[in-house]
Amino acid sequence: MPVGPYQSPLAFISDVELDAHHAAQPVDYQAAPQPAGLKLRGVEKRFGDNLVLRGLDLDVPAGQFLAIVGKSGCGKSTLLRLLVGLDEPTGGRIEFVDEEGKAVEPNSRIVFQEPRLLPWFSVADNVAVGLGDGVPKAFGRREAERALAGVQLSEKAKDWPSKLSGGQRQRVALARALVSRPGLLALDEPLGALDALTRIGMQDLVTDVWRELGFTAVLVTHDVAEAVHLADRVIVLDEGRISLDLEIPRDMPRRHGDPVLAELEGRLLDTILGKA
Amino acid sequence: MTAVDTFSEGRSLRRIREDRTSSTAIGYSDPPKGSAEKAARANDGKPLRPRSVSGVALLPFLLPVTLVILWQAGSSFGFISDRIMPSPVAVVAAFWERLLSGELARDVGVSGARALSGLLIGGSIGFLLGIANGVSKLSEQLTDTTLQMLRTIPHLAMIPLVILWFGIGEEAKLFLTSLGVLFPIYLNTYHGVKNVDRDLIEMGRIYGMSGWSLFRKVIFPGALPSIFVGLRYALGIMWLTLIVSESIAANSGIGYMANTAREFMMTDVVVLALVIYAVLGKLADVIARTLERAALSWNPAYQR
Repeated sequence: MPVGPYQSPLAFISDVELDAHHAAQPVDYQAAPQPAGLKLRGVEKRFGDNLVLRGLDLDVPAGQFLAIVGKSGCGKSTLLRLLVGLDEPTGGRIEFVDEEGKAVEPNSRIVFQEPRLLPWFSVADNVAVGLGDGVPKAFGRREAERALAGVQLSEKAKDWPSKLSGGQRQRVALARALVSRPGLLALDEPLGALDALTRIGMQDLVTDVWRELGFTAVLVTHDVAEAVHLADRVIVLDEGRISLDLEIPRDMPRRHGDPVLAELEGRLLDTILGKA
Repeated sequence: MTAVDTFSEGRSLRRIREDRTSSTAIGYSDPPKGSAEKAARANDGKPLRPRSVSGVALLPFLLPVTLVILWQAGSSFGFISDRIMPSPVAVVAAFWERLLSGELARDVGVSGARALSGLLIGGSIGFLLGIANGVSKLSEQLTDTTLQMLRTIPHLAMIPLVILWFGIGEEAKLFLTSLGVLFPIYLNTYHGVKNVDRDLIEMGRIYGMSGWSLFRKVIFPGALPSIFVGLRYALGIMWLTLIVSESIAANSGIGYMANTAREFMMTDVVVLALVIYAVLGKLADVIARTLERAALSWNPAYQR
């Protein structure tokens, strides 16, 4: 892995959050990424009169792959936005901890259902956006190339995003999220807009990068099969509460059509649909 | 007249572009079935080949060239009086004479400088206001309503007031031109900034962009296609305003040249002025289009 340490612009949400403490910490990208575990205590989110999350308690060990499933409107996307700081909880608290339980700063990233690439930047420049502002150009280019190689898109580095297929664009978005080696990666239905075969390819890619980089992953999806295929652990969210918390005891990578997984998938679906 | 053409072209740019592509499709590459069969028969059954590229490129000039030939013939055979309309040859002669004497270069230079400075001043104000009002709620609330109100006043209706304020000097022309180009640039910049994809802005913030970097990387490029529409629209208004203000009062410039010529019944020079306006208007549009294509090469709509 190339590169030396440099001043990171770990401005995560906006300059408001970019206090001096943050900005002054040099980030050594040669060091292994530090996965950030989650500790949620009584987390609540209210939009007007509507209580979307009702006092969630949840511990996610660093490096786990957690999937959150549930019907639309169950609060799963809201929860994800809270985890990456896009919204603030109206009650309770969210803490980020390392393997030993010490508090850490999560370098968290999110991948949305739409790739949200800047159409006026080349693919490589889009990936370099993931490093934040003020990164030396040569460094940015090198890191972007490395991340693109990681999603098997090296040959597209100089193209405009409009030249890519939907699946390729989503891979660029993934590379952009991963280029800064996040400790926490949030995935908001990232494969929802892809066709079935592209989806399977992307699922394998997500599994590969997660195993290689070791970040904590939180995937929100309505596709129970996908959750069971990708995650260590699946939770079902129902009206702002956790109604089922299920470990998936299978080694990665998993085979599509594994009967044990199919059985778990059935249980999850029954819970979601209220048949259990 | 010329400027009015540019003016309306600016307004319906998108439609014209569509018309062009569709007419190309019907006219050249995909002739209607019946005519294709007839043509094939006339061709002794040989397969139809598409017209050569140069033929297609020259076709748009067929009509104007024919008209000029007819016009020249009409003048030469005495059907058209010199007092009503000079012959094309006379116009070319007038052009040559003024080119040699240096008057033409001076007049075109003066008019061009007026147009450009008006565009720069009015365009900058419109651009900055458009950006400010697109980005800042406070600025929008302070100025947008006022601007929308002023916009509805035809700027040429200000001429009497402008003459009272500035007399008939350069300031009056500069003021009118600036005022004319301000609004289309303002409206389109504002609209462009307002319509930048919110998801992209959110993405930018997540990745630590704020202030200047968010503007430079997301908002400005996102608004650019709309800003270019405003610019091309403004170019039309710029020439229109200049022509009108130069014909009111001036002692140099193309409008002055045309008005002096009118006093001496020199129709050839009057028509020459029209032609020059047409050429300048077209030139400005070509430059704007070239810039547009270069700046928006990422956009599939501008890729060739």
